[in-house]
Amino acid sequence: MKRLLLGNEALALGARAAGVAVATGYPGTPSTEIMEHFARYPGVRAQWCVNEKVALEVAIGASLGGARTMVTMKHVGLNVAADPFFAAAYTGVNAGLVVLCADDPGMHSSQGEQDNRNYARFAKVPLLEPSDSQECFDMVGVALDISEEFDIPVLLRTTGRVSHAQSVVEVDPALFQPTPKDSVRPRTFIRAPAKYVMLPGNARTRRLQLEERLKRLRQYAETTSLNQTLWQDRRLGVVSGSIAYQYAREAFPTASFLKLGMAYPFPADLVSRFAREVEVLVVVEELDPFLEEQIRSLPALQGMPIHGRDVFPGVGELSTELVAGCAIEHGLLSPTAAPSTTASSQPVTPLPMPPRPPVLCAGCPHRATFYVLGRLHAPAAPAEAGDRGGERQRERVIVTGDIGCYTLGALPPLSAMDTCLCMGASIGTALGMEMAGHKHRVVAVIGDGTFYHSGITGLVEVVTSGAATTIVIMDNGTTAMTGGNPNPGSGITIQGAPAPKVTLESLCRGLGVQDVVVVDAYDTEAIRAQLERSLRTDDPTVVIVRAPCRLQVSGPSEQVAWVDPDECVGCEVCLRAGCPALTRAGDKVEILAALCTACNLCGQICPHDAIHLGPRERTEG
Amino acid sequence: MSPRRHPPGAARKDRRVKPLDFVLVGVGGQGILLASDVLCQVGLAAGYDVKKTDVHGMAQRGGSVVSHVRLADRVFSPMVAIGGADFLLAFEKLEACRWASYLRPEGTALVNDESIPTLAALSASPRRRAQGGPAYPDDEAIAKALAASAGRVVMVEAGAIASRLGNPRVTNVVLLGALSRLLPMQEDEWHSALEARVPARYRDVNLRAFQAGREAVDQRSV
Repeated sequence: MKRLLLGNEALALGARAAGVAVATGYPGTPSTEIMEHFARYPGVRAQWCVNEKVALEVAIGASLGGARTMVTMKHVGLNVAADPFFAAAYTGVNAGLVVLCADDPGMHSSQGEQDNRNYARFAKVPLLEPSDSQECFDMVGVALDISEEFDIPVLLRTTGRVSHAQSVVEVDPALFQPTPKDSVRPRTFIRAPAKYVMLPGNARTRRLQLEERLKRLRQYAETTSLNQTLWQDRRLGVVSGSIAYQYAREAFPTASFLKLGMAYPFPADLVSRFAREVEVLVVVEELDPFLEEQIRSLPALQGMPIHGRDVFPGVGELSTELVAGCAIEHGLLSPTAAPSTTASSQPVTPLPMPPRPPVLCAGCPHRATFYVLGRLHAPAAPAEAGDRGGERQRERVIVTGDIGCYTLGALPPLSAMDTCLCMGASIGTALGMEMAGHKHRVVAVIGDGTFYHSGITGLVEVVTSGAATTIVIMDNGTTAMTGGNPNPGSGITIQGAPAPKVTLESLCRGLGVQDVVVVDAYDTEAIRAQLERSLRTDDPTVVIVRAPCRLQVSGPSEQVAWVDPDECVGCEVCLRAGCPALTRAGDKVEILAALCTACNLCGQICPHDAIHLGPRERTEG
Repeated sequence: MSPRRHPPGAARKDRRVKPLDFVLVGVGGQGILLASDVLCQVGLAAGYDVKKTDVHGMAQRGGSVVSHVRLADRVFSPMVAIGGADFLLAFEKLEACRWASYLRPEGTALVNDESIPTLAALSASPRRRAQGGPAYPDDEAIAKALAASAGRVVMVEAGAIASRLGNPRVTNVVLLGALSRLLPMQEDEWHSALEARVPARYRDVNLRAFQAGREAVDQRSV
């Protein structure tokens, strides 16, 4: 049966087909949908964990316990999970363990781009790379087989363009049936402290065994059908893999190809044999010259014309036209042999385009806090190091931010965030600002999900430092950015079943914060008053600003806000809230009833009391 | 590993079809992804190999959204090349201009005649507005930019039609109806793809929206 599947959906289905019984992960674009799809299958255990490190630790435990296991995360997530990842290469597995990791070339929704193929070589773990949904489906099973045969976790790396593209997959319809195909029997846990307890003495032995396993994996890589050769015109040979292979196939329609579905361990003999059959070798890969550097180091190819990073960029995503264009520019492809689309593209008169970045939703519970923060000034007293008296009074607070929907609070018109490094960093960054002399002037903002992920340890540091840090936890009860995934405070599981809840207030108090306050996320004045108070104190304060994510609230609100045109003077103060439901109508402001959720932030900040709440029917009629 | 559906180099021989590349653009929340899903299903039913890719993450609410759909005997890249699209299906006029360079010179821009101002431009202070920063272009500039990139431009008042049908949210399906008049696929293939994708209680309004979109193009005798 032919199905059009998202790469991530194909990975989930492939995992089910291969008998994966336990899956853990942390949501992160472009990896999130793998778990969302997998969790729907009956008879499997699927769980979002607090962060990637914990997810991998749980996954390792499940594998050692005897269940075929998958763990999913985005590229930067593997940075968080790197510690257990490296250790698992030593201990090996029991039942198969596949680490699904999605890179984000082009940074469509990430703070950076990094090439996680390097992690395979770094941790000495085999690497598989699918280039479309069919391969996503097939490779999960192959990865698990390799994992069990060679006693090692396998890194299955996608990129956003593989994870988030849909293409045709041939699947067995039985996989969609309620009863899972249980072809793989769970293994039993066998006590083996020498293998699983990484005391230095044991680790030294496992280190040598890791080299042995890699040697056998190298032989496997030379012959596996994951690596495929396509012979066409031998004047040009292309080595490629992942999505770059698809671009290259289209850009070089007549060339010969070596497609590496298994890119580590590197199949040196296979590549050397392929290279010797062609006149010029071209390496097409996104981001780092991972394949190219290994190819250039092959003794058999010294003196051979090899092209890669000298022709194609190492930043951002590739595309067919980029590959073809670069190849034409360097004489590797004649313009007539290139795909017609490249030849016909023409420069178009540029029209100035106002950018349209994503925005906080209409009715988003984060908006009021950012509105306040963007206008909040440091309190006059008490004095602090480097204080310049009256001048300091005029200074706006510094807001250290974090990763989540609320990172959008950095964009105009809210413009209320000054830093954002990585998940969980805002609290530590605020503490550092304080150490540098900005006591009573810094507010750390962090979402509830991100706080559970890795903000907790930052708060522990604040408490033990005796700092005065003000921390705002924007608690919307979900991990909203990746699509509303439950977190430990949500009280539900990934499958939507009820779950025990972690309470933020007691958690923060338990960590030693005396001053924990909860404020309604839509009460602008209360947020302002609380922040002003918290900034003045010499003790750490956690302000929990709470309201459910608007997308988790079902149905339209019964009321809507409306602008009384007789009272509106067109001052546009309300537009500074950056709400997509507000627009201009002539020289006044109008509220789009279809978008409005009656959060009434605009009503609270209107200096002329021109905005009122009313029943939805009346305004829409 | 199981044999690949397409062994490298072996194109499918069962059916020869003219490749079609689409770029669907608009503002997050306009139903662009549903529209491209339906288009993919219609392509699959018509015997094409299909690939699609679009933006994910941060839900892209209120942001610029683009979805690529490619139909051919065998599709490699899921992304349409710049200068390669046969159709630009635009749900909003500024976004039509932003992505117009994806059209091939003889390609068609099918555009919803509706403007959604950008939030930054909307909320900028009068002083900042006076200092410049690209404002929302006027209709004349938009028409000129589209004419420079497209072989033909078809404007459809999809938003207005959807509102008249009592549900502004079916704007996307009005546009699909309009697109269907410009494509070789059978009308019933569109109907089944739509019915499979929209909730049952919205089936009727969606089918009416689809029909209204078809008629909107007919009235223009394109």
